[in-house]
Amino acid sequence: MSEAREQVLGAVRRSLRRGDTAETLAAASAATGRIAEHRRNLIPARADLPRAEQIALFETWAVQQAASVARVPDAAAVPGALAAFLKAENLPAEIRMAPDPELEALPWRDQPMLTVTKGPARESDAVSLTGALAGIAETGTLMLHSGPAGPTSLNFLPETHVIVLPAERVVASYEDGWDMLRARFGEGFLPRTVNFITGPSRTGDIEQTIQLGAHGPRRLHIILVGADAEGERG
Amino acid sequence: MSEESPRVGLFVTCLVDLFRPTVGFAAVKLLEDADCTVEVPRAQTCCGQPAYNSGDRADARSIAAHTIAAFAGYDYVVAPSGSCAAMLSEHYPALFDDDPGLAAKAAELAGRTYELVSFLTDVRGVTGVEARFPGSVTYHDSCSGLRELGIKDQPRALLATVEGLTLAEHADAEICCGFGGTFCVKYPDISNRMVSAKADAVEGTGADTLLAGDLGCLLNMAGKLKRRGAKTSARHVAEVLAGMTEQPAIGESAEG
Amino acid sequence: MESSARAFKENARAAVADPQLKRALSHVKEGFIGKRAKAAAKLPEFEVLRDAARDIKNHTLDHLDLYLEHYERKVTEAGGQVHWCPTAEDARRAVLEICRAAGARTVTKGKSMIAEEIALNDHLEANGITPVETDLGEYIIQLRGETPSHIIAPAVHLTKDLIEADFRAHHTALPPERPLSEPRQLVNEAREVLRDKYLAADVGITGANFLVAETGTSVIVTNEGNGDLTQVLPRVHIVVASLEKIVPTLEDVSTILRVLARSATGQECSTYTTFSTGPKRAEDPDGPDQYHVILLDNGRSSMLGGEFQDMLRCIRCGACMNHCPVYHAIGGHAYGWVYPGPMGAVLTPSLIGIEEAGHLPSASTFCGRCESVCPMRIPLPKMMRHWREREFERHLSPTGARAGLALWAFFAKRPALYHFVTGMAAPVLAALGRGRFRRLPLAGGWTAHRDMPAPEGRTFRQLWAGHRQGGSR
Repeated sequence: MSEAREQVLGAVRRSLRRGDTAETLAAASAATGRIAEHRRNLIPARADLPRAEQIALFETWAVQQAASVARVPDAAAVPGALAAFLKAENLPAEIRMAPDPELEALPWRDQPMLTVTKGPARESDAVSLTGALAGIAETGTLMLHSGPAGPTSLNFLPETHVIVLPAERVVASYEDGWDMLRARFGEGFLPRTVNFITGPSRTGDIEQTIQLGAHGPRRLHIILVGADAEGERG
Repeated sequence: MSEESPRVGLFVTCLVDLFRPTVGFAAVKLLEDADCTVEVPRAQTCCGQPAYNSGDRADARSIAAHTIAAFAGYDYVVAPSGSCAAMLSEHYPALFDDDPGLAAKAAELAGRTYELVSFLTDVRGVTGVEARFPGSVTYHDSCSGLRELGIKDQPRALLATVEGLTLAEHADAEICCGFGGTFCVKYPDISNRMVSAKADAVEGTGADTLLAGDLGCLLNMAGKLKRRGAKTSARHVAEVLAGMTEQPAIGESAEG
Repeated sequence: MESSARAFKENARAAVADPQLKRALSHVKEGFIGKRAKAAAKLPEFEVLRDAARDIKNHTLDHLDLYLEHYERKVTEAGGQVHWCPTAEDARRAVLEICRAAGARTVTKGKSMIAEEIALNDHLEANGITPVETDLGEYIIQLRGETPSHIIAPAVHLTKDLIEADFRAHHTALPPERPLSEPRQLVNEAREVLRDKYLAADVGITGANFLVAETGTSVIVTNEGNGDLTQVLPRVHIVVASLEKIVPTLEDVSTILRVLARSATGQECSTYTTFSTGPKRAEDPDGPDQYHVILLDNGRSSMLGGEFQDMLRCIRCGACMNHCPVYHAIGGHAYGWVYPGPMGAVLTPSLIGIEEAGHLPSASTFCGRCESVCPMRIPLPKMMRHWREREFERHLSPTGARAGLALWAFFAKRPALYHFVTGMAAPVLAALGRGRFRRLPLAGGWTAHRDMPAPEGRTFRQLWAGHRQGGSR
């Protein structure tokens, strides 16, 4: 194994004309420096907006990519909004929820008709409910990560994926999301899986016509919490 | 106008020289109308693209060296072809990366080389022509001119001032006609598919005449249109802009 | 994968004559070109982002050894394992060993061009392991025993009626009365069939669009979600990737992602971009127990530092082939190996040799449309020309063409002689042609399909001499 490693790296080094030289040392420090700094490159200006507009931009792009969005004033309104969504979509009142303390703390007893179970997705689960680390305004993308509170299978196996996103977690760019993760996990470390999700699953593989629900969820529904209040913060 | 009567060396191009001298004379007229003094250096032949694009770098270099010498000293070098102009301006310098002397000369030539129509509009500030061409035309954007030199609006701007002319754009005007120099004889099946699609688009406009700025493409498209028995004629855009359209269209004879 | 690139001309002729293929390929234009243009127009910074993306990759390639080492260290820290593979055979062997150690009987696969390059499916099957492609396009062509004809739309050469016939032939549980003529119905049918496969698989194999050195992360960019189901459900996740997929940081990958989806499908962002780092953590409720990266060289290291290094910037978006008139005419299979279109015309000779793939860089008009849309600003025509130069230097180009070129160059370098000959020829051709030729000796490639316009009469040179007293010299 290490022989193959040396073979590949040796070939790369030969092509790059590495040697025991000042240039090679400079190259090494350039590479480690770039990683340590992880400087931002050009970021599109489109999401550089006042809060209310930034949140609205997130919603616009999410909807444009076939997600649906419901605004609720506060966390307490989430179970009701979820029940209403399930009813409107003619879905069973049964959800598989991420074991996420934030979701567990919601007033589920307000919805006695709703069956809530927790854990990774099972084949039979029709609807999943998860949180999200961030909503990225520039493209209406949700950023989720794996961990005890976030089984990744919930994002892909059920036909309907519902995400609860507190509006204060809407940020402008992917880079803002990375900084949130670095703050949580440290420099240079990521959880096992980070998912960027933009709308429901789709395919264009048959005659280049877009069909939703290829293998992953057919529906992606976002419950956006406290957007109005967050927008007023300017 | 930017300067008094600049001295322009006309790069005739090998195809114009052999197949369609009218285009050369049209270029001379347009340049002289734009207050240029036009000369035609005798030592010119071809820009060297056939060799260059076939991987024959040595011959391409020696032809380029000839051309550089032949066009030394002119204020501008102008060609009635985006493809040949781009060869001089975009590709010659890279041919001499191991010969700083010639590389410098090539770069200097490149800096004063232009395609005819864009030279008229962008350098000489021409905004209109005195010409009449009753009928509808459609314009094919030849690839080198379009993508290497950014020629798109200039011919349309001047055509808009031709009396009696209407422009009917064809779908995919920016898509290659399938000429590609030796490509069309090396890969005739593919080339035929491409030129057939182009001919469909051109005929679809119902235009009387197809115009373009490159004779290579025009020979290809005219040849296809004639083979199909299409009514569409083909001419170099310079002929129309110069009002020199007495000559039968490309591939047509006086008897029709 | 076996190459039929030598037979390019025959492949192309057959492709052009295939009306079904022509119908299918019309969707390439409709499906991709307008969408890309719109997406690019909606982002004012798009062109500057292309420059930034190019610069990131150039920097990365110039420091590739260093970033590879850093990447490996981070993968190992996260509990994963990097398998360095100089050749395709090494990569096949490494995958098989991992599958065997896991006692695997079936593996699910996300879309991976590297898996195609190393002909992984054949190798697994020959060793008693069943690979199941889960990307819809890949699944369809696996049923048909075909290879992808496009790097992001593998089944673009097929029409829906052909796919319906394949499903009816292979899905034995499918009731004959169930309608299956619409894309929607075909997608649902595949979804249903593949569900069980994900759940049954022992190993999931995906490709990687990027490998991030900063964190030891592999990235896949997809729309269907099949790649995610492939990697989250089985016990073992294998990533097959080539070494130029490295980017330094999460910021760098973010920049390139902004040009990737827009260039590929015209989406603002692909539906799923997934960043995977090592196996599941101790407290994770799901995810694979093992995480392996098959890191393939297969000739790429020798492209570094030379005139084909720029090709290693390629992010496999497919924009070059989507915009290529030659690809539109013949589709992907005619190119004869894994990578079709302009990017294939440059990459294939690098990986399997110009002796084998000489036609590919020759079969271009240099129209330049590929370069004009390449998000990484790869000078594709320039590099095709470099291949023609290699071919010419090594006397691999056809003798007839070389002789013709040599004769032409002989005259082109001697202006007096040149003008003497053309001056003689023009009037003769004009007199013979009377406007145009329907047939012409030595120009059969031309006159098979079109007329050859005849010269007007005398050359410009002759007429100009009469018109004025010659030029200044």
